[in-house]
Amino acid sequence: MAKTRKWTTLALALAVILTLGACKKKEAPPTPPPPPPAPAPTASLSANPNVIEPEQSTTLSWRTENATDVSLEGMGTVEANGSRSVTPSGSTTYRLIAKGPGGTQEATARVTVTAPSAGPMTSAGDEEMFAQNVKDVFFDYDSYDIRSDAARQIAANARFLAQHPNMRFLIEGHCDERGSTEYNLGLGDNRASSVKEALVRAGVSADRVKTISFGKEKPFCTESNEQCWQQNRRGHFVFQR
Amino acid sequence: MVKRLLAFALVLLTAASAAPQEDWIRTGTGLGQEKVRLAAPEFQLAFGGTPQSDTLRKVFSDTLWNDLENAGIFDMVSKSFYPLSQPARPADVVLDAWRNPPPNAGMLAFGNLGVSQDQLVVKGWLYDVKNDASPQVLAKQYSEAATTENARRIAHRFANEIIFRLGGGLPGIAESKIFFISNRSGHKEVWAMDYDGEGQRQLTRSGSIALSPRVSPDGGRVAFTSFAGGGVELAMYSMELGRLVSFPRYGGTNASPAWSPDGTKLAFSSSMRGDPEIFVAEASGASPKRLTAFRGPDISPAWNPKSGSQIAFVSGRSGLPQIYIMDADGANVQRLTDGGYAVSPSWSPNGQFLAFAWNRKYGPGAPGGQDIYLMDIATKQWVQLTRAGNNDSPSWSPDGRHIVFQSSRKGGQQIWSMLADGSQQRPLTASGSNTQPNWSWK
Repeated sequence: MAKTRKWTTLALALAVILTLGACKKKEAPPTPPPPPPAPAPTASLSANPNVIEPEQSTTLSWRTENATDVSLEGMGTVEANGSRSVTPSGSTTYRLIAKGPGGTQEATARVTVTAPSAGPMTSAGDEEMFAQNVKDVFFDYDSYDIRSDAARQIAANARFLAQHPNMRFLIEGHCDERGSTEYNLGLGDNRASSVKEALVRAGVSADRVKTISFGKEKPFCTESNEQCWQQNRRGHFVFQR
Repeated sequence: MVKRLLAFALVLLTAASAAPQEDWIRTGTGLGQEKVRLAAPEFQLAFGGTPQSDTLRKVFSDTLWNDLENAGIFDMVSKSFYPLSQPARPADVVLDAWRNPPPNAGMLAFGNLGVSQDQLVVKGWLYDVKNDASPQVLAKQYSEAATTENARRIAHRFANEIIFRLGGGLPGIAESKIFFISNRSGHKEVWAMDYDGEGQRQLTRSGSIALSPRVSPDGGRVAFTSFAGGGVELAMYSMELGRLVSFPRYGGTNASPAWSPDGTKLAFSSSMRGDPEIFVAEASGASPKRLTAFRGPDISPAWNPKSGSQIAFVSGRSGLPQIYIMDADGANVQRLTDGGYAVSPSWSPNGQFLAFAWNRKYGPGAPGGQDIYLMDIATKQWVQLTRAGNNDSPSWSPDGRHIVFQSSRKGGQQIWSMLADGSQQRPLTASGSNTQPNWSWK
């Protein structure tokens, strides 16, 4: 009896030693998950339109998340999400700064102020006129729906195209770099078709329009930020002879 | 009583050390079972060395070692444990020296090679060193023109023999190929390489954009997406002829071809009728039939290679892209993923799993990475296999033990391979941007 108890004690001790010893020897036990860090702020800024003529105004729109202090450089503190009309005298890059417990995020938007137009008498070729008047349209992330700004642009494009019924053109669907090559080919196809359908609804004859999807194969901008991604989510108009 | 307590302590220990690997899925391919301890000493020179035979010996030995190590079913005995004298032929083998510690091997692969009259002659044996009565499992002899390429090829063949014998009868993959897209020439073209990244070579020379290469089950043709000629059309490259062969142009965006396992049909995405939908056509491209009818992208089909009766695909019908499966005639559509951004399905050879790319926290401003996941189709249980950079385009090896994929984890896009449990991740490419790998069927 005494012998059994002795053995039991010994065995228990051995088990404890084995367990503790093994635990100590184990290299790098999985570290407990750190407390979740404060989420990093996000910021996006866009100008619509982003190309204007002198003395015209444009609207800056911005959105932020997880930010406690949001400011527009040169204009001071602003609300977390909002928009403001500006009339820059020359081409300007606007900078949005969002600060929060999780860090600082910046976003920029460039507004190009074009040189004064040379007047209506320029003898620009068809291709040049097309480029000056038919502007690209932009899409939301993973979407091929026509936004309100795109709808206004398509209406303007359609008015110009109605006055120039002999012009034929290609609509290229483009996507940002995120996600798979193949899915973006499909998405770009839907984007090009959406633009074409909207133009046709506005009275442009379908047989003047060709479409192609470039997916994410021919980006306009190659940085990995929302500003750049927005530039790449577009329906791009190309004049065709 | 002592024994029982000790056993209990052992169970505790095992449980503690096993805890971090909770998300293990059995792949049913021998991965995760007890591995054979295999020793593979350098092959010896059959006769006097020359610079050429020394080079071929090194290429052969390195290739054989890599093939065996990459197979995923062996515990390779470290070379530092080997006896000083290494066998060139059966008469040299001392079984005790290999089966006892330190090598403690179960199996021994050994042999010799020599070059005579520009022929490389390799003799290889596989021994069960715990079987005194009849240790020989394999004896093979190979003879080919003495080139480094042939040294590699013979090593692959010998490795395949060993893997076939010791790996549950599944053929090895050492002679399989990986097709991929590279921009090294200045344009995105279709390239091919051996399964271990050796022998990288350019196939197409279109000077345009090539995407989504998919090799036919017999290895004779590669279907891909081509921007050459002004549209986005499917194209077909013949491995036998070494050039493009004709394939119909449908109009619209035609992308992501996928071969049926019997090689008679191609599934692909086409907007020939307005919206990108999944179509199935004859392998010649004749008589395309539409399978899906939802607005939004339907793309990236992948056949069930076991049954040929189901197709997995990606659809944006409910918003962000998700993985779906359907019967090969378009019936019984079933959604598999429950959210996030899920793309690029590849069906495992045994028909049980889908590998795919998934960003579970996709959204504007979301920093989440896109990783390779594995889903058991019957239970919809999934497990994450990669955890660094953005990863895409998984493709299964013919033995179902490996997955090749593209990753940006080192900057730029490169092709990586791993075992199907996510272990042994290693890069196969290094120069240029390399994407969309596709593993051959055998």
